[in-house]
Amino acid sequence: MSVVLPGECVPAQHVNLKLGPGLLQISDAQGENPIVSTRSGTLNHSANRSKWWIENNSRRYVPAPQESVIGVVMGRSGEGWRVDIGSAHNASLDALAFEGATKRNKPNLKVGSLLYARVSLAHKDMEPELECFDAQTHKAEGFGELKGGFVVSCSLQMSRFLLDPKHFLLPLLGSRFPLEVAVGVNGKVWVNTKEVRQTIAVIRCIEAVDSDGETMDDASVKKFLGKLEI
Amino acid sequence: MRPPSPSIPEKEFTYDALKQSLRLDGRGFLDLRTPSINFGPELGWVECAMGKTRVIAQVDAKMVKPLPERPFEGIVTIHSEISPMASSDYELGRPSEEEISISRMLDKVLRRSDAIDKESLCILSGQRVWHLRLTIHCIADAGNMLDCACLAGIVAFKHFRRPEIEVIGDEVIIHDPTERAPIPLAIHHSPFCLTFAFFPDPSTRPVVDPTLLEQRLSTGLLSIAMNAQREICVLQKAGGIPTAPDEVLRLVNVAVPLVKDLDQLVEARLKEDWQERKVEIR
Repeated sequence: MSVVLPGECVPAQHVNLKLGPGLLQISDAQGENPIVSTRSGTLNHSANRSKWWIENNSRRYVPAPQESVIGVVMGRSGEGWRVDIGSAHNASLDALAFEGATKRNKPNLKVGSLLYARVSLAHKDMEPELECFDAQTHKAEGFGELKGGFVVSCSLQMSRFLLDPKHFLLPLLGSRFPLEVAVGVNGKVWVNTKEVRQTIAVIRCIEAVDSDGETMDDASVKKFLGKLEI
Repeated sequence: MRPPSPSIPEKEFTYDALKQSLRLDGRGFLDLRTPSINFGPELGWVECAMGKTRVIAQVDAKMVKPLPERPFEGIVTIHSEISPMASSDYELGRPSEEEISISRMLDKVLRRSDAIDKESLCILSGQRVWHLRLTIHCIADAGNMLDCACLAGIVAFKHFRRPEIEVIGDEVIIHDPTERAPIPLAIHHSPFCLTFAFFPDPSTRPVVDPTLLEQRLSTGLLSIAMNAQREICVLQKAGGIPTAPDEVLRLVNVAVPLVKDLDQLVEARLKEDWQERKVEIR
């Protein structure tokens, strides 16, 4: 693992090379195609050195295809909705991109509704597009409108940590009380529990563990949870 | 850009929690976020943070000709800059209503409350006075930027020291800080601003020091600027739901101990900083 800055050459070579976030292959005049970094962070690769990516922390979300995000409906536009997912531009969501949606039967979304969706298209210079179903199976797969609960904003790194099954926070909270969580990699985490107090406890724990806040570790979160009234 | 209103679940959850007397950050309704005050190497440079809201205030002084109608008084000006750095809701060059209200409140709380003795800023009547310039930079807005900016401003004035001067006849000698110790400003009193947010549900009590979410969901804000001597300097309630006189009086009484605590905290921090600055020479 090493730290790279934008523009550095990365020694990534493999027959079946896959580049992840922060890496770009460019072609120069000599006919070579070096891999360079486009952001600063730590360079990571998979065990067989076929997948390479850069890990860093930021607050501004840049959409990438196939990522799960949480967005807020900002308004209608033609046959769909405009959704704020925290990126530079609002994403568009087609009214037919839901499970079981037809021309006559469209989901009823209001301005201000929360959505859990997948980025289906994120080209440069274009508005990102979302979908709330799997395009192959036409099943919801957990996507759709989020009702009740609360949304926490956190750093992008924190939202990726929460998706990691090995991260301590969500199993720890889950052992105390039942909770429902939807993690969007755009730095938004939706939380729902039975009690308002429990939801507040989850919100405060996520904010406490986030590197933007206090960066608490396993033991101090346990202490912190003990002090909260749940 | 108008700030987007919070989503429906956020709104409902916040109201539900407030109905159960719970705030999202675990504070009580009448608890402030404890301000953290940091001083820079220069005198009169202060960074003030309340939670994630951060403001930098800086005071500098220069000599100018006084205004002809007030030949014995120094000049105090306040420049507040609310840039898009604080939050993407703010735009450069086109101040929103909120920004205007913040800068006018700053002016009322810090300048028009006569906290600083302007006559002591006079050097030679009609010819030379000190011009104090307070610059306020809003770095991050996580709610209640006004209180944070007012606190930073008054602390910057209290922290600032101007060079000592000597007047011999018509000649003004400015002593270098290394030669003679700079002297603090004459400050009559230190006003602190506290903001309360009201909510549409009449059974929900107002909260002090609202976060960004609470501020956006509130139906009115009441700002009280007061000093530790229980004197109200400014009371502002611009629009929002009507408030009964009793309620305002109750909030003023609530503000008294909070302001006293703030005053103690500020004095303690200033003293601490002053201790650090002392260099013993043997």
